[in-house]
Amino acid sequence: MKDKIFLIILIFIFSTVFFIFYKGLQNSNIYTPKVEYKKNIPIFDAQIFGKKNRINSNQIFNRDKFYLLNIWASWCVPCRDEHPYLLDLSIKSNIEIIGLNYKDDKENAKLFLKELDNPYKIIIADNDGLIAIEWAAYGVPESFLIYNNEIIKKVIGPINEITIKEIKELIK
Amino acid sequence: MKLLNLFFIIIILSFNSSFANESNSQSKITKNLRCLICQGQSVYDSDSDFANSVKILVEKKLDEGLSEKQIYAYLKDKYGQWILYDPKFDKNTYFLWLLPLFLFFIGGAIIFKLFIIKKN
Repeated sequence: MKDKIFLIILIFIFSTVFFIFYKGLQNSNIYTPKVEYKKNIPIFDAQIFGKKNRINSNQIFNRDKFYLLNIWASWCVPCRDEHPYLLDLSIKSNIEIIGLNYKDDKENAKLFLKELDNPYKIIIADNDGLIAIEWAAYGVPESFLIYNNEIIKKVIGPINEITIKEIKELIK
Repeated sequence: MKLLNLFFIIIILSFNSSFANESNSQSKITKNLRCLICQGQSVYDSDSDFANSVKILVEKKLDEGLSEKQIYAYLKDKYGQWILYDPKFDKNTYFLWLLPLFLFFIGGAIIFKLFIIKKN
């Protein structure tokens, strides 16, 4: 009797463990934690790309207008993929796209824009990645949709067909 | 001559250790931060762009006179609890903290039952 109970419990434990691991196999192994990111945009001071003078975030972002802050770099391959979407957005809507040039070589970045065209109204330079941290960004590319000094949407990774539609829907 | 060489080596090594001590609190803090874009690495261990920026940030905040706790709070505010290796005890993590204790007591109970009760 005792052996039987023991066997049943053992089978139960093994099958539970098997089931959990089997389920786990199908899950994505990339863990993205839930983060309630800060809604308000950070206040920072940055150097304008290719110029000596600095600009404060208050001078860039006004209320009552949509902005897209896009973190990019010439060495970033996915940035090339999302570039046509940014160009399209800059032409077809009244959104202002702000570029944040992340840890980049100035000459390479200029070549990148010359080759692919420039969708950005203002570009600020982030040579050590500290401004990206102010925005709680993970890396390049990353985009933030801003309205009334608040982040209303965050896109981690390149902008694609789906996310561009969502952005266009939001700024209507 | 041999003695002189030894003397030089000792001097060089002693300088090394003093340099290593300078960034002690920075490395201590970065060891307790998770590199969010790497798999299973701390900011200290990683050489990714993200980790390097965080290292610079920690250094800068230390220069500004922030304490270790304030730096953790600053990063937690930005990136959430996940960036810290040491999770706080709250309603989301009580299971995590209490499970080892619970297992310890179960183990104790099994040992107690097997050896002590049987002996009597």
